Amino acid sequence: MRVRRRATLWSLTLSVVLAVTVTVSAGVGPVRIPPATVLRVVANAVAIPAGVEFGTAGAGPLALPRLGVVYQSPFAFPVDDTHRRIVVLVRLPRILLAALVGFALAAAGTVMQGFFRNPMADPSIIGVSSGAAAGAVAFIVSPVALVGTLWIPGVGAVDVNLSHGAGVSLFAFAGALVAAFGVYAIATRRGRTPVATLLLAGVAVQTFLGAVISYLQLQAGESLRRIVAWLMGHLSGATWSEVLVVGLVVPPLFVVLLGYTRELNVMLLGESEAQGLGVDVERTKRVLLAASALVTAAGVAFAGIVGFVGLVVPHMLRLVVGPDHRVLLPTAALGTFLVAADTVARAGATELPVGVVTAAVGAPFFVYLLDRREVYEL
Amino acid sequence: MSDEVSATDDGANDEADAEHPVVVRDLAVSYGDSTVVEGVDLTLEAGSLVGLVGPNGAGKTTVLRAIRGVVERDAGSVRLDGAPLETLSARAVGRRVASVPQETGLSFAFTVRAVVEMGRTPHRGRFEGPDASDADAVENALARTRTTAFADRPITELSGGERSRVLLARALAQETPALLLDEPTASLDVNHAVETMALIRRLVDDGRAAIAAIHDLEMAARYCDRVVVLANGRVRAAGPPDAVLDADTVHEAFDAEAFVGRAPATGGRAVTAYPSADAAAHRVHVAGVGPETARIVARLGAAGHDLSVGVVPAGDAAALAAADVDATVVSVPPFADVDESAQATAVELAECAAVVVAVTDGSGTLTGAIRERADLVVDTADPPTDETLLARVAAAAGSDA
Repeated sequence: MRVRRRATLWSLTLSVVLAVTVTVSAGVGPVRIPPATVLRVVANAVAIPAGVEFGTAGAGPLALPRLGVVYQSPFAFPVDDTHRRIVVLVRLPRILLAALVGFALAAAGTVMQGFFRNPMADPSIIGVSSGAAAGAVAFIVSPVALVGTLWIPGVGAVDVNLSHGAGVSLFAFAGALVAAFGVYAIATRRGRTPVATLLLAGVAVQTFLGAVISYLQLQAGESLRRIVAWLMGHLSGATWSEVLVVGLVVPPLFVVLLGYTRELNVMLLGESEAQGLGVDVERTKRVLLAASALVTAAGVAFAGIVGFVGLVVPHMLRLVVGPDHRVLLPTAALGTFLVAADTVARAGATELPVGVVTAAVGAPFFVYLLDRREVYEL
Repeated sequence: MSDEVSATDDGANDEADAEHPVVVRDLAVSYGDSTVVEGVDLTLEAGSLVGLVGPNGAGKTTVLRAIRGVVERDAGSVRLDGAPLETLSARAVGRRVASVPQETGLSFAFTVRAVVEMGRTPHRGRFEGPDASDADAVENALARTRTTAFADRPITELSGGERSRVLLARALAQETPALLLDEPTASLDVNHAVETMALIRRLVDDGRAAIAAIHDLEMAARYCDRVVVLANGRVRAAGPPDAVLDADTVHEAFDAEAFVGRAPATGGRAVTAYPSADAAAHRVHVAGVGPETARIVARLGAAGHDLSVGVVPAGDAAALAAADVDATVVSVPPFADVDESAQATAVELAECAAVVVAVTDGSGTLTGAIRERADLVVDTADPPTDETLLARVAAAAGSDA
């Protein structure tokens, strides 16, 4: 009970901090927008479903009638349209993507540190980031453009153009999952996946993929700039559809991880003890690996390799709320680190890649924490 | 003799075994190519404490791990409460047996209460919060192990003894019919070791069953209802401690010469082990009284010599030691004079012995008849070490032959 109350209180507190940060962040940029205006814009954008209408029959062989939902906006604050456009179309998707990617990386980092009982573990440890990078880089350098038309029944012809962001994300996502599964397959013998083997298999796969990426960069030619930008992590040019995709993938998986927080605590005792306490260790490991690989893959597919978030955020919050995953996992996920870092990245005259900011801010802060408290005991 | 003890302890049959908390039949486990445990049978009845004793590497921990299903069996069956282990989920196993490890791998600063609460894992659903029964089980476990006082302290700040009590509390919170304890007293000082064993004993008396791998034979003898002696992965002997823990079993299992006596303070078995001397056995007669004579009898008996002792007053330390090594004893009632026939018997025994050892403190307790025949006279004022004693006996036997 006390644990639940603590988890709820911390989550609420951090949600408020996150909301405030998002509001402030939306005002930061070449055009300064006061927080009050940001709030008005957001309020105006709120739409409540007010009714249902039947549209005309759609095209295509099935010709299903279309169902439309009518929305109504309850607010109509007077705001400058330029401000509205900047907030809604440019800044909010980017900030929310940062929040979601930060959420994903911190959650996966927390799980990996508990899983490996190792403070240096982060989401990339099982090869996810390298796999994503290899996938993205391979797509960028490949001369093939995936352009075509899909015929979806009831909807009609949809032009698909994967030559840009969407294709990179798709390949990064796939690469991440293939790498993670490869690491898992290498480390698994007769249904058992020893954590130490997994760690070493992860190192091996990361090293190999590192070589692949280096080679592809050499062959990249003109697209090298794009590769470097992707590898350093980026949130610029985020769109609402990206926010939607990450927003649909990450939270359900996060609920799965939340369901395993007690097992994560018990796994800290070591596998043999965990087994004795009635935890199906091998099954738990599979679920945790799969869920955190998917979560991380969804994050890095859209934001590139954003370092340090998955490593530092769980540490910072462990120092504040303690090691109990029932409290730690939700609070770490709600950490505002990436939103704040991205705000810094785009606050200056020239925009920095967000990965540079997270590393530059995160590393010294981590050293400070090491110096002040007893992180090394972990 | 222990080598005649059947591997199937108590001759239990499978029908009657069905409902015992733990039944192991013909267990075999190997790591890689080396067989660690083979043909092990073990039955744990409700309300009993079974001690698993044996030298290092005998397979005690492996047997415990096999019961929990964390090592793969090559052969044999394990049944928990009648259900075959392989049909049970990890969760179901966690509700049937709780294990107490020697040390915990936990280095994160969880509070003691949170650690004990982990014992409730097999009883709780995935998204369920703790209910009243969980809270009760945790508080009970804390109270029984006297850990309530530091329930809110981080486990990382506790001493070794306190930590081991917390681990026991965690196992209690699991509320299983059976407990598996791996060296519950190994890292504890005398006080905490006895306290822990007494607590385990009380839990067992309250109806739980427990298997404890124990190094300390006297502790096993004092607290266990039955002991199972493992050596080289096989059951050497099994049964009540008084029947099983004798010098021969200890010698065979541990490859050490041993004197198994009775601890006056507890009435339990007291095992004294000596490094193996591997000397040839002889007929040896010992004459003398008191603790020094008892020591010599114990050491010579442990070395395998065929002993006779006398004349001694019944109840004297030497007489008790002689009885414990199965020596032929010529005794007279305490405070009585040495009578003629006893004296004659003693002389006769001394006569047919290869070596006669006389222990004297100069007070003349020894009668001349045996003193004359002594190959070796030991003065209690200047007693020889065990090694010297054995060497002198061997030398005396050699010169006789």
